[in-house]
Amino acid sequence: MTALARGSAYTALLATCFVGQAAAQSITAVSYGGSYQQASIEAWYEPFAAATGIRVDVEDFNGGLAQIRAQVEVGNVFWDVVDLNASDVTLACDEGLLEYVDPQALPPGPDGTPAEEDFISGTLSDCGVGNVVWSTIYAYDANRFPGVRPETIADFFDIEKFPGRRGMRRVPMANLEFALLADGVPAEDVYAVLDTPEGVSRAFDKLDTIKDEVVWWEAGAQPPQMLADGEVVMSTAYNGRIFNAQMLEGQSFVIVWDGQLLDINQLAIVAGTPRLDEAMRLVSFASTAEALADLGRRISYGPARESAAPLITTHLETGVEMGPHLPTHPSNMARALRRDWSWWVDNQDELNERFSAWLAR
Amino acid sequence: MGLVLPLLIFLGVTFLAPLGTMLVRSVYDPVVADALPATLTALREWNGEGLPPEAAYEAAAGEIGAAREARTLGQVASRANRLQSGLRGVFTRTGRDLREVVEGPWRDAMAAIDSAWVDPGTWHAIRAAGERITARHYLNALDMQRLADGSVARQPEERRIYLPLLWRTLLVSLAITVFCLVLGYPIAHLIAHARPRRAGLLLALVLVPFWTSLLVRTTSWIVLLQTQGVVNDLLVAIGLIGDDGRLSMVYNMTGTLVAMTHVLLPFMVLPLYSVMRSIPPLHMRAAASMGATPAQAFRRVYWPQTLPGVGAGSLLVFILAIGYYITPALVGGSSGQLISNMVAYHMQTSLNWGLAAALGALLLVGVLVLYLLYDRLVGVERMSLG
Repeated sequence: MTALARGSAYTALLATCFVGQAAAQSITAVSYGGSYQQASIEAWYEPFAAATGIRVDVEDFNGGLAQIRAQVEVGNVFWDVVDLNASDVTLACDEGLLEYVDPQALPPGPDGTPAEEDFISGTLSDCGVGNVVWSTIYAYDANRFPGVRPETIADFFDIEKFPGRRGMRRVPMANLEFALLADGVPAEDVYAVLDTPEGVSRAFDKLDTIKDEVVWWEAGAQPPQMLADGEVVMSTAYNGRIFNAQMLEGQSFVIVWDGQLLDINQLAIVAGTPRLDEAMRLVSFASTAEALADLGRRISYGPARESAAPLITTHLETGVEMGPHLPTHPSNMARALRRDWSWWVDNQDELNERFSAWLAR
Repeated sequence: MGLVLPLLIFLGVTFLAPLGTMLVRSVYDPVVADALPATLTALREWNGEGLPPEAAYEAAAGEIGAAREARTLGQVASRANRLQSGLRGVFTRTGRDLREVVEGPWRDAMAAIDSAWVDPGTWHAIRAAGERITARHYLNALDMQRLADGSVARQPEERRIYLPLLWRTLLVSLAITVFCLVLGYPIAHLIAHARPRRAGLLLALVLVPFWTSLLVRTTSWIVLLQTQGVVNDLLVAIGLIGDDGRLSMVYNMTGTLVAMTHVLLPFMVLPLYSVMRSIPPLHMRAAASMGATPAQAFRRVYWPQTLPGVGAGSLLVFILAIGYYITPALVGGSSGQLISNMVAYHMQTSLNWGLAAALGALLLVGVLVLYLLYDRLVGVERMSLG
């Protein structure tokens, strides 16, 4: 019994430690790790801590909603602000896992434009505040193509013209879109075609043509690594990761923007956090045009606000002009597709199963 | 007795309770039943042909609106969506647009929002999702589905994944067990009968990898086996293969087999070693002096005495292999994935915890069956870890 009493004394002591920590004003921000998280820390979290005195503890995760759901269901929320893909925000918002965010509480643009008008359409939702526009592209190592180089999304699927292994993410998302684009479907029709059973089969048939040559990746850090190792000759990837490898590691990677798939990330607040005020302050701080532009000068993800785009000038570390490296730059938008995440939210269960079955065959 | 109490509490809290919750989750899902009780009652009047009565529409309209207010609509929608793709969107759209509708007829109002409401399939899905106690996760885990008329049928070919994967998991675990036995038996014998100094050194060679982090060992295999890796470089350098004929030994089944055999080998060697050490060398000499050839002596004297170690090692390796997750996830590519990777996917990504629980329960049953089978054939009391 004394042991039990001592045990509970320790528990109480531990509990006070944690409570003490909360009272000392610190909040937890969670994002995807790697160079994107590093840029977020430098552009948002550290300046926020300096400006407000609220410390930001940064944790990383691999996307997905399992941890958030577990915290909300158990009623022990220790994540406050999460950087999520727009489709996850929609899903989590519907499931009541995120707090609603009032767009009128967000800071206006530098010239006073209200936030609701300043944010690019579709980047604000009930629970999410858009921060970056990123894209899934494919890239190759220039050293491996001394002659003719791949230029279109169709080239990615052309094994005869460009032999060698390809890296693709092990999910149906993006791959089905790329397959249809490569099969000649115009960007504006891709989701209409995918909405029919024949369209889905058509996409899988196209993927079948390169299946034996594909090395599947899971984490965003893998494609640059596989390209550098020569494990694959080209790979789909997140554009910011390739940019970092180009700028900071001096890799001779080339991004093919043709058929790029644009995507939005949003900051969201976990439902029931005891630090709601601080969390909202962080979201507001990080969604000013200046903060978004600061991030855009560290990693090549476009800002979700119109007014932030002109503020993104040169890369802070190398001084390279950022414009042409952003997915939203006009020269990269010739054949770009915007991910229809509401379509994916509706269809992902079935397509993930079908994709797994297809992979196993 | 009092001294084991902390252990019992620990086991109860960290093992039995989660196991119980998991089993409950695989058959019990109250979300839809709690959110749409009146709709489900109204649907009982419906014989399943044509469209349900207006009462069902009226109840659904009211309850979908209420669920939206309570922010539980998304959970209802995602459950219906698992039974029929697209229903998630139907539910959330309906919840949003119904706010502007004040009075019936509700069938027309809902049909105007989405034509899915005049498709009987939608209502079948709602009725199926409304079962509080349900077998659908197990059906799903066995690649089966319930049709609209209530009969059970296999999933269409392109959606069958779990049974082939379970089968593959069993075969892979079996293969790894055999590899470990074939590789581990001679080593264990060597260590057990070597001189003390040498035995200590050899044992250290088995134990050091055993103590090394699993992730380090797995990623080391990637470095060794990848196309531009050490092994391929070596083979190219000595001219055994051409530079364009490099072997793919990782991100596929080969990678899974090699890495998992290596990771699990100590679990085979250690029980074998301790059993072999307890076999007096005199037995083999006695057999030889009575005229047995070495092969005969091994088969009739030595091997039977090592069986408890073989059993313990094999069962240990097999059970660990069947639930292995991280190694196949890292080196398995698409063809080297096992059922545990699918469980992880449903836990982390699709949030279909019911299905993940059902898959886990099937694995648990599989292991228990094998254990009982082993008990029948060999006898658990003969198993020895040393």
